[in-house]
Amino acid sequence: MSRRLLTASIAAVAVAVAVVILPFVLDGYHEGIVSDVAIYFIAILGLNILTGYTGQISIGHGAFMMIGGYTTVVMSHDHHTNLIVTLPLAGAITFVCGLLVGVPALRLSGVYLALATFALAVSVPQLPLKFSKFLGGSNGLQTDHTVSHLWLYVVSWSCAAIAFVAGWLLLRGRIGRAFRSVRDSEVAAVSSGVSLPIYKTFAFGVSAAYAGVAGSLFVLATNGFAQPNEFGILLSLKILIGGAVAGLGSLWGLVVGAVFIGLLPQISSSVPFVGPSHGQDVVFGLVVILVMLVLPNGFAGLLARVRTAIKSTPETS
Amino acid sequence: MLELATKRKTAVSTGISVPVLAGLVAAAVFLAVGSLSSGTFAQQTVSGLSQGAIFGSLALALVLIYRATEVINFAQGEMAMATTYIAYQLTLWHLSYWLAFFLTLLIAFVLGVVVQVVVIRPVQHKSVIAVVIITVGLFILIDGLVTWKWGADLKFMPAPFGNTVYHAGGVAISRQDIGVFAVSILSVGVLWVLFQFTKLGLAMRAAALRPAAASLVGVRVDAMLAVGWGLAAVLGAVAGLMTEPTQFLQPTMMQAVLLYAFAAAVLGGLESPAGAVIGGLALGVFLNLFGQYGKVGGYYLGTSELRLPIAFVILLIVLLLKPTGLFGRKQVRRV
Repeated sequence: MSRRLLTASIAAVAVAVAVVILPFVLDGYHEGIVSDVAIYFIAILGLNILTGYTGQISIGHGAFMMIGGYTTVVMSHDHHTNLIVTLPLAGAITFVCGLLVGVPALRLSGVYLALATFALAVSVPQLPLKFSKFLGGSNGLQTDHTVSHLWLYVVSWSCAAIAFVAGWLLLRGRIGRAFRSVRDSEVAAVSSGVSLPIYKTFAFGVSAAYAGVAGSLFVLATNGFAQPNEFGILLSLKILIGGAVAGLGSLWGLVVGAVFIGLLPQISSSVPFVGPSHGQDVVFGLVVILVMLVLPNGFAGLLARVRTAIKSTPETS
Repeated sequence: MLELATKRKTAVSTGISVPVLAGLVAAAVFLAVGSLSSGTFAQQTVSGLSQGAIFGSLALALVLIYRATEVINFAQGEMAMATTYIAYQLTLWHLSYWLAFFLTLLIAFVLGVVVQVVVIRPVQHKSVIAVVIITVGLFILIDGLVTWKWGADLKFMPAPFGNTVYHAGGVAISRQDIGVFAVSILSVGVLWVLFQFTKLGLAMRAAALRPAAASLVGVRVDAMLAVGWGLAAVLGAVAGLMTEPTQFLQPTMMQAVLLYAFAAAVLGGLESPAGAVIGGLALGVFLNLFGQYGKVGGYYLGTSELRLPIAFVILLIVLLLKPTGLFGRKQVRRV
């Protein structure tokens, strides 16, 4: 076990060093892209806590991101709150929203839960259109001031680091064990004294809080604009894709998943032959399918396979 | 032996309970009485039924795939959209509308089979989430390919049913509504006959419900699942072609329809083909009538931007009250 911890810390330090060095070599535009990776990282981590560790699928995390994003914008636009202060506020509000969604979700599982959360992802972005006075309609709202690329970079990666450590501490202890037992066998979990309603709802809340913070940062990354169509169903699907590429039920692949959905659309918009305007969708869709065909359990699944291969070689040779 | 088979068949396919049946009859009576007493009501009901038939046929496609593969096919709507573009291309080549229609259904079948064999089968038993993500990838890919080939601007096909409007006792009913309804329901009916009364249908149901047992009695399960995807794609193509007269051709045309089909499928219970169709019809009629009459103090609740959320509120309510849908069977789990 300690060797695994060592590998994990080496990987974490490597990522941290890369993140610290990058701003010195990148220009503002690329800094923005790498900040997006941090934002997706937080959202995927949140989804992983719910879907990977507690076994409750969600296709609605775009909705939580939107609630978080609008929290930041409304606080900043109407009350001129400091942007940093709005981040934990967004987390707190989406935590409560997550609990509220988690309670009815107790009755659902599997594909029905997937469709219910999907319903959430479709319905919530319609709300600003209906309450356009307060939420700005389809044009959206803007924060009272925008932030620089470097500011965003530092804040989003700091949030990612805090989120990761918090998530890791949460998952390795008593609560994480309860989550996993709920995922693996509800009957066994209840028999061992794990309260299903409490842990399932709590997982929803925590997961939503992560998505909410990611949503706040997401809004800041788009010049402080919150618009309903940015939080459409495609965002929720993107988070799910990132989670699947990373590998659910493990923290090892998170960076890969985040890089995948953060960078691939950028890279694939410049493919030859298909052209820049359509290349993005064609290549992104194609690569998503190929990755899933080759790695059905995501990057974490690949790592697990490599690990068992390394372990078994000394005995055979 | 045959008797036993039919008994088992009905035990599997019907999950309808008495209160649900009573509710349906009551709703039908309500609609009939309303239509007889108000022209607007009748008009809204008819156009609701025609839209609902489209929802129902796409919902049935989803149910077919859910029963066979146990996943929701997120690409169902985009596959339908792509096949509609193929029909458009055929009419550009001076084929008559109905020739293009049937040729498209054939192409759709082949495409559905190819999708299942090439991208779904390799991961089918490995990971459910991988299959779901692959259908999401297909969604994005097909969207990109169609926009690349045909562009994102509106395209128009020849009108299949003309623009005639019939008047019956002050009620104006367009021929298009009737045509869309008839074609959708007819294709659903043909499929039902195929599943219920042919050997192929029996084999497909067996492959979907009890794969291991089916393969033991000589059913080629893999082939049957591929045929299931093909038939679902055909139903989707019908839904796409019937959506075109009202929405016209654009890459996003089926996205909202797919969402309504989700709602319809859940409404009826994801396991139940009949439920999907009835759920679609009910949803179409309800949304239309709610748009017309659903107002509180002069404030319309069913306006166009709220249609989708309303459909999903219905979905959520159904899920919470009866998680297996109106026609679903209760899942009993042994501990």
